[in-house]
Amino acid sequence: MSPRPVSTDKQGTTADPNHPLHKLTPEQLEELGREFQAIHDEVYADLGERDAEYIRGLIRFHRRLAAVSRIALLGSGSTIGLVAGTAGLSVAKILENMEIGHNVLHGQWDWMNDPKIHSSTWEWDSASPSSSWKHSHNYVHHTYTNVIGKDKDVGYEIMRVDERQPWKPAYLGQPIYNLLLAALFEWGVAFHDLDLEAMRNGEKPMTQVKEELRGIVRKAMRQVVKDYIAFPLLSGRNWRRTLAANATANVVRNVWAYAIIFCGHFPDQAYTFTEEEAADESMGAWYVRQLIGAANIEGGDTFHLMSGNLSFQVEHHLFPDMPSSRYKEIAPRVKDICDRYELPYNTGPFLKQFGSVQRSLLRLAFPGGFQKRKPGPYVAPEPPASATETNPLRRAFPQVV
Amino acid sequence: MEIAARPQVSALRRVVSRVGRTLTTPLLPDDYFEMLSSRWATRELRAEVIAVRRETPDTTTIVLRPAAAWPGHAAGQYLRLGVHIDGIRHWRAYTITSDDAHPDGLLSVTVKRVDGGRVSPWIATSCRPGDTVYLGEAEGTFVVPDPAPERILMLTAGSGITPIWSLLRSLSRADGVRDVVHVHCCRDEEDFIFAADLLAAGEHHDGYRLLPHYRSERERLTPADLDGLVPDWAERTTFLSGPSAMIDAFAAHWTEYGDRSLLHLERFQPVIGGDATTTPGSGGTIRFRMTEFEAESDGRTSILEAGEATGHALPHGCRMGVCHTCKCTLVSGRVRDLRTGEVLGDPGELIRTCVTAPEGPVELDEGHVVMRGTNARSIR
Repeated sequence: MSPRPVSTDKQGTTADPNHPLHKLTPEQLEELGREFQAIHDEVYADLGERDAEYIRGLIRFHRRLAAVSRIALLGSGSTIGLVAGTAGLSVAKILENMEIGHNVLHGQWDWMNDPKIHSSTWEWDSASPSSSWKHSHNYVHHTYTNVIGKDKDVGYEIMRVDERQPWKPAYLGQPIYNLLLAALFEWGVAFHDLDLEAMRNGEKPMTQVKEELRGIVRKAMRQVVKDYIAFPLLSGRNWRRTLAANATANVVRNVWAYAIIFCGHFPDQAYTFTEEEAADESMGAWYVRQLIGAANIEGGDTFHLMSGNLSFQVEHHLFPDMPSSRYKEIAPRVKDICDRYELPYNTGPFLKQFGSVQRSLLRLAFPGGFQKRKPGPYVAPEPPASATETNPLRRAFPQVV
Repeated sequence: MEIAARPQVSALRRVVSRVGRTLTTPLLPDDYFEMLSSRWATRELRAEVIAVRRETPDTTTIVLRPAAAWPGHAAGQYLRLGVHIDGIRHWRAYTITSDDAHPDGLLSVTVKRVDGGRVSPWIATSCRPGDTVYLGEAEGTFVVPDPAPERILMLTAGSGITPIWSLLRSLSRADGVRDVVHVHCCRDEEDFIFAADLLAAGEHHDGYRLLPHYRSERERLTPADLDGLVPDWAERTTFLSGPSAMIDAFAAHWTEYGDRSLLHLERFQPVIGGDATTTPGSGGTIRFRMTEFEAESDGRTSILEAGEATGHALPHGCRMGVCHTCKCTLVSGRVRDLRTGEVLGDPGELIRTCVTAPEGPVELDEGHVVMRGTNARSIR
């Protein structure tokens, strides 16, 4: 059973006693913080060979798939080579960016002490250099999640995704920016990391911006040379088809990453916050904000893998440095906490989440806005009547087992 | 996080790697090649365990075949060895006990099992031929001076005998075992590492006199016993290797009654700031790039301590430059090693914040960050 959707009249203000961020007492918040921390510590104490094998195996799989796809594309003159190569390369790029790159850069695998699978050394197949991304994403976005004005990922400084962001005429172009951002997501992320707003506000020295820009250009050059010059050249007379295949794989990856990430924070269910609400918060309040500022996507194991387990966006925001392969295992415990503290657990099928994001993006291009419907507290499904009671055989012969 | 030594690779391989990178970026051609064979890895020196030999009930020797040419070491040096146990790579330093001119380029280390330890019990019970380990660089200054001294005293206890074994072999190849007295303390003959070879050498080699001191038969050896055992001890060049308490007691004895400059000893613990000849550096401002804060160091305060003084928590472990837990990426600037006074660091290099101070302004990338709360001051 999914959480009951109920509408609230007012979006979060300190005056609203039912707002999940404000309904718990400081003591309850402290206890909640301890409970979440205990899940983190238990998983960390249990990490071992099984987890290490998972990430090493996945990295090997990605490299084999990427190599085989690139080789298939050298023969892109044949339709099979072209189709299989493009599909394989798209999947490889998605795995590399999402389940591997994003999560390694979060430090989820640092505990292995392996310098090749470590947040301080990893570089990913994206226009964005890992060092600037770690700052803008790991620190800024994950600390100030959904705080309007602080979390630069709320609309990425070019879009209005929340009615409380003041409207400007430039937002009329939002439906077009939206399409462009989806297709060119990696480039959007790279320039977003530069955080030109921080430079304008004087929070970031010009020298650092220049240095980061050089880093982006250097990184982007390598990416462009690889996908759009070197591999097409190697394909000889098939160069046009290889070029098109590589561009397709990049766009497929970009659109997919965009879709998953937008479903993580911008569906109706997810809360946004004012700077005042997030000021000087305790660890318990931080956990609540992470919990209600994110939304999950329901799906099968392959879907979770392809989304880099960001379909467990709630669990990821509670525990950004926990190996992603563990999110599914701890989800029932997170739901249990939500049930006991009467907090929402945001989740929904992909099309529902994605549809609600797209509707908001279209509506908020225009002035004004609408109240996003917020779910009520999570209610655990009734436990199924126990098998011993319903199984007539067991009841008939209770002593024979 | 510690990184293994870089294997020496041919110029051709380096060129292939540089050119091939155009196709494999952001990975290296290596990342693909090494899936085919670990011998092709050019970034981290690995070795295969080819034999595991029990020396005494609690001591094990493992013989290693490096995947690339071993750059060489001096007898008496130790090696940092990285092993994977339950998914985690652990590093420990062990004395190299193989011949420093091994004809097949093999290496071995001899490890005493430490109860409650992590790596030594693994080596004693779980390590098998075929396992892969990572090799750091050979380090240590416990080596024979050149030219080799005429008269030598070896003073060892327990597993402290391991570097001496290497020294003896190296000396004997250079015909340097002319007048060596070796006093070795251990529980009994069963507990005597390399007993068979050393006892035989003691009987057959004129220049080598072995005086085993078994605790099961006699009192623990004290410096006062030396006059009786080796009357000319004070004139001999002495190599001392054993537990800390023993080293302290004998070193004090040499300082008082002998010539301290003739005593060579092996200590694993580094002493930070212990060397008065190291001049302090200029110090400077440290900018932590990820969490956006700054700290100041006067040149004597480590980056770690300076950062912590501002109220921020930073990754750390041993605080003396051994465990590598505190490593951060240097973005810009140079740092001074507080132990040696050496100024080092290139952009992108990983530095140990616990034993370095800024030399002028530096910027660091302290890695991934989890701050639980907007007023939190915690990292990781």
